[in-house]
Amino acid sequence: MWNDVLALIWIVIKILIIVLPLMGAVAYLTLAERKIIGYMQCRIGPNRVGIRGIGQPLADGLKLFLKEIIVPSKANAYLFILAPVLTIAPALAAWAVIPFNQDWVLSNINAGLLYALAMTSLGVYGILMAGWASNSKYAFLGALRSAAQIISYEIAMGFALVGVLIAANSANLQDIVLRQSGGFFHWFWLPLLPLFVVYWIAGLAETNRHPFDLAEGESEIVAGFHVEYSGITFAVFFLAEYANMIFISALASIMFLGGWLSPFEGVPLLGSLFAWVPGIVWFVTKIAFFLFLYIWIRATLPRYRYDQVMRLGWKILIPVTIVWIVVASLAVELHVGPWFNY
Amino acid sequence: MLVQNIVFYATAALLVFSGFMMIISRNPVRSALFLVLAFVASSVLWILLEAEFLGLVLVFVYVGAVMTLFLFVIMMLYLDWQHIRGGFVKYLPLGGLIVAAMVGLMIFIISPNHFGLLLPVEHGADYSNIKELGEVLYTQYAYPFELAAVLLLVAIISAISLSHQGKTKNKTQDVSKQVQANPDERVRLVKMPVEKKQ
Amino acid sequence: MNRIKHWVKSFTLWELLLGLKLTGRYLFKRKITIQFPEEKTPVSNRFRGLHALRRYANGEERCIACKLCEAVCPALAITIDAEPRDDGSRRTTRYEIDLFKCIYCGFCEESCPVDSIVETDIMHYHFENRGENIMSKPMLLAIGDKYEDDIAKAREQDAPYR
Repeated sequence: MWNDVLALIWIVIKILIIVLPLMGAVAYLTLAERKIIGYMQCRIGPNRVGIRGIGQPLADGLKLFLKEIIVPSKANAYLFILAPVLTIAPALAAWAVIPFNQDWVLSNINAGLLYALAMTSLGVYGILMAGWASNSKYAFLGALRSAAQIISYEIAMGFALVGVLIAANSANLQDIVLRQSGGFFHWFWLPLLPLFVVYWIAGLAETNRHPFDLAEGESEIVAGFHVEYSGITFAVFFLAEYANMIFISALASIMFLGGWLSPFEGVPLLGSLFAWVPGIVWFVTKIAFFLFLYIWIRATLPRYRYDQVMRLGWKILIPVTIVWIVVASLAVELHVGPWFNY
Repeated sequence: MLVQNIVFYATAALLVFSGFMMIISRNPVRSALFLVLAFVASSVLWILLEAEFLGLVLVFVYVGAVMTLFLFVIMMLYLDWQHIRGGFVKYLPLGGLIVAAMVGLMIFIISPNHFGLLLPVEHGADYSNIKELGEVLYTQYAYPFELAAVLLLVAIISAISLSHQGKTKNKTQDVSKQVQANPDERVRLVKMPVEKKQ
Repeated sequence: MNRIKHWVKSFTLWELLLGLKLTGRYLFKRKITIQFPEEKTPVSNRFRGLHALRRYANGEERCIACKLCEAVCPALAITIDAEPRDDGSRRTTRYEIDLFKCIYCGFCEESCPVDSIVETDIMHYHFENRGENIMSKPMLLAIGDKYEDDIAKAREQDAPYR
């Protein structure tokens, strides 16, 4: 009895240890995005709040927190308020299976990869409900676009994950990372390069980020599914989007860039030189790399047209993944080294 | 054990509640959302039975894809509310009959002697439901499994052939042609000599 | 051959990489941001901003109520009422500009025979209440009095080109 309660409290503490830094990371990711995009456009970005704009996320958060939540009079108020909660819940729940280091994981389940996929696919409900409950045509169009896009790219993403599954011979994220041990060229990005690229493109589409941000599409449908939202409910949508970005980045670094493993493993001099660095530092560095790529792509590419998005997903990404799954299975069957010689 | 019991009873109650609400909701979108809730609750029950693979597949196939498409259609439908709300008394006898038949059938088939109080065997942390399932599927049930796969393939192909209208019938842009477009063929940059100031 | 080239190009994401290279280069370029309230971009002496009514050096208002500006205003933003003053000269009793209608074309200034109505280079102004958008004659005269030096200097700089 008491053991159960203590175990529960311990789990809650562990959840807080994951979620609180995550929220901080989300806040500062928004600042990083504004700064980096600003720099790429020859601007300097926010620099007024605090030293070089360091307090900007806090000021934004405070502002959004103090603003009024406006529920449109013809909206379905219950679902309208529930929608942001349903968006953020899976975005945070997905982090339960992410291993931050050897054995630093909240729930080391065998079907970790499937769990991650299931959670990312749940996020679409919040968007769909937000669009429908707002009772606004722009919100509804945004929600429909977003839902169709997420379902389409989920298939490509799922196939990319199947490739990793075949290569790692396990759906447990920790096993997947350990299978890649042996240094930079032993990670799965090299043998599964097409899947890596497809996963990344599908990840951009899943999180509704540029160049696939048709769900928002400022020039066409104002802000898409969250036009009617204000104040803290809007902030929650924002948090969920950025938490999802970080999650997709974390998953990419686990599956293709060896998670917490050091890139210098097995290199004669550098390997021992960097042996003292804790795994989580490498993991965070890899996530930061992917997040930078997210922002870099946003600063570079214009938005796709909707039929182009669908064509890319169905006609290009899915065939590529299927072909490469066959290649990967052959490679595993023939024990092509240094990745599959077990 | 206590935590598991609490989770079981809570989700079981949620499952029954959401199933019930799905039927009695007047608004079809709310019905669909309650069905989603029912799926999630039943997937929690699967996971409690250590069948995490089935539970998660239920979530990401039914909840993540199938129900999203359902909602998609329901949200875009124009529904005649008055018509749907009417006719409760008219259909009550027939509906009651069907419900009685279903309940009777269920009582007959899933009678108490099938239940028993045997708890499923608990496995350790290294027990992999996926491997177990794969072994059964690809050995004992290989033929039914492959047959189901062929059936799905046939369904996919027939759905495509039913809805495919051929190339000439629609007027949409050909994206691959647009992507193939080469700026050198379309734009001619002409060098003009600078005009002298008068 | 061309098809193969295109195929290879699209599967290696070549053009995307080119784009990333461009933005990547701009990441390290010199930033050209101007810190607004402290620094300002230079303003032309022909800038057409907030309106003002000028006076002669002896304090007499220039406007003779000829209503040319009212006639030329394409947005119908100017309203003028005029009456003879006690000394017999023709003066305005009402001179109002609706700044919500005004399109800042500068025709009023061009048409004015006595250089009375001018557009200053003041661009940072705002209204806090309804009705404040209508600039009345005393307000316009007050702006003219306050910025007379700037206005005169700008006119003088532009004089050779008129």
